[in-house]
Amino acid sequence: MSLILILEQVLNGLQFGVMLFLMAAGLTLVFGVMGLINLAHGALYMVGAFAAAAVAGATGSFLLALVASLAAAAAAGALVEVTVIRRLYDRDHLDQVLATFALILIFSEGTRWVFGSFPLFLDVPEYLSGPVTLPGGIKYPLYRLTIIAIGLVVGAGLFWLIARTRIGIQIRAGEADREMIAALGVDISKLYTLVFALGAALAGLAGALVGAIQSVQVGMGEPVLILAFVVIVIGGIGSIKGALVGALLVGLTDTLGGVFLPLLFALMMEPATATSLGASLASMLIYILMALVLLVRPSGLFGGSA
Amino acid sequence: MTRERLINAALLASLLGVPLLAWQMDEPFVITLATKVAILALAGVGLNIALGLGGLVSLGHAAFFGIGGYAMGILAAHAQNYEPLFTWPFLFEGSNQMPLIWLVAVVASALAALVIGALSLRTSGVYFIMITLAFGQMLYYFAISWSAYGGEDGLSIWVRNEMPGLNTLDPIQFFAIAFAVLAMALWFSARLARSPFGLALSASRQTAERVETVGLTPFKLRLVAFVISGAITGLAGALFADLNRFVSPTMLSWHTSGEIMIFVILGGVGRLYAPLLGAAVYILLEHLLGGISEYWQIFLGLLLLIMVLFAKGGLIGLIAGREVAHD
Repeated sequence: MSLILILEQVLNGLQFGVMLFLMAAGLTLVFGVMGLINLAHGALYMVGAFAAAAVAGATGSFLLALVASLAAAAAAGALVEVTVIRRLYDRDHLDQVLATFALILIFSEGTRWVFGSFPLFLDVPEYLSGPVTLPGGIKYPLYRLTIIAIGLVVGAGLFWLIARTRIGIQIRAGEADREMIAALGVDISKLYTLVFALGAALAGLAGALVGAIQSVQVGMGEPVLILAFVVIVIGGIGSIKGALVGALLVGLTDTLGGVFLPLLFALMMEPATATSLGASLASMLIYILMALVLLVRPSGLFGGSA
Repeated sequence: MTRERLINAALLASLLGVPLLAWQMDEPFVITLATKVAILALAGVGLNIALGLGGLVSLGHAAFFGIGGYAMGILAAHAQNYEPLFTWPFLFEGSNQMPLIWLVAVVASALAALVIGALSLRTSGVYFIMITLAFGQMLYYFAISWSAYGGEDGLSIWVRNEMPGLNTLDPIQFFAIAFAVLAMALWFSARLARSPFGLALSASRQTAERVETVGLTPFKLRLVAFVISGAITGLAGALFADLNRFVSPTMLSWHTSGEIMIFVILGGVGRLYAPLLGAAVYILLEHLLGGISEYWQIFLGLLLLIMVLFAKGGLIGLIAGREVAHD
């Protein structure tokens, strides 16, 4: 085992974590501001990926594809918010779970109907493919580095938006006291649509970026959605900072656990058992991490009282 | 007799009557559909104890359903391959006897519910939903990577397990088993709801503070309810695996949790017979719409949306009125 391997895996974990952050940020914003649990967030991730794959297939431009993913997911998000989600803010969580579960069924089957059951492929563009050599002699795919960079830039932009802009002030105010800011003349339903569309756009972007590494297929959003839930439970629901820390923790734990647990077990037992036991345990690692965090802090690392 | 009790009686009678009629007309497929309804309704009855009575929105009940399924799969696989499951402290070769399988399924899923519940019930609200979901997924991924028992491909059993005195390969006799278990579970959960424990549990759903003031601990009540709920859903899982003679990680996936929850909600949360009506409607829709379009789940999704947005109280609520009967 070399240092280079470890660093490579740390970068992989970062890349995974950054993607999870894009997903979790939208979820946690929507929950923090509107008090809504949105299972259909993974469907918006899928919409982004499919839009990107379709546009890239038609135009050949990766940049246009990314723009399309943002636009399509934001539009789908706004549409869903206006038609369905808006009616759920005053309902209990059970209704929200069911209605958004119903949205998943509609989105998934609808996408299958339009695009068919076969996975689509989104190619990494020429100028981003191939490895680069990092200081220290590590060769690492340029595309994955780009993802990390995009994720960090978007994350910084989000922090800026929330902390410094007028919209951000309204969002934070909406989180604290929705009646009061409505009384102060802010159009709260417009604000909610905006927040929801923003979250959707981030999910769509994540879907498009990951779609170029994996295949673009129906149901691709669900495993990510559940990981994003784990992230915001660890980070504390409603906290963007928590989402960032949680996402990086989960990304690193999952990636490093998957690689190093089997190796660790191989020191103690025969290779075949070590591989299977290591893989099984590694797949459970982030949930164990979540359970540990909850034992110490039931409302997450950065959560207030839920 | 209230209108809701009439509906309940009619539901139970048709679940019994339809397969009997199908048996007379030699339509084994209909009997199998009815068996599926009975078993899935049983899973819903389990969830309804946590959800309806305890107000615990668990999105991880597939975990218990799947554990029950794997209990059956593992015991039966060892029995059919003549490979002992363990040799110490005594030789145990697995089993193809339903009573023993059920016992293992119930105990295993109750234990899992105890651990998951003890951790998850430290939280409430959205955290609880997400955590139960996450634990369910943990077991799902574990089952996928657990190659000893089929991993992603699942585990097939050649012959349905045996029940002393009955021929389980005969569809109507297997239906009778599933129906009897469902009827007992319904009777049990009706008793439970009226027992001091059930009343205290309902009270802690409504106002936990008051329950605490009289010296009870809502956490303990909820944990016991969660364990009972998980055990019943686990039993349903064992029966479901026996129905298909197959168990796979799909039983553990969160779609299964969502479906079990749909049964309860379609029928009407907190109504005793809701899971039965919900499961029956779901299976019928799957069968009828599935014949019309490959994309039938779009319609299911739309129907579900309409139900949630416009018909609170579920189907039983629509027919019997909003008031939940206190019998």
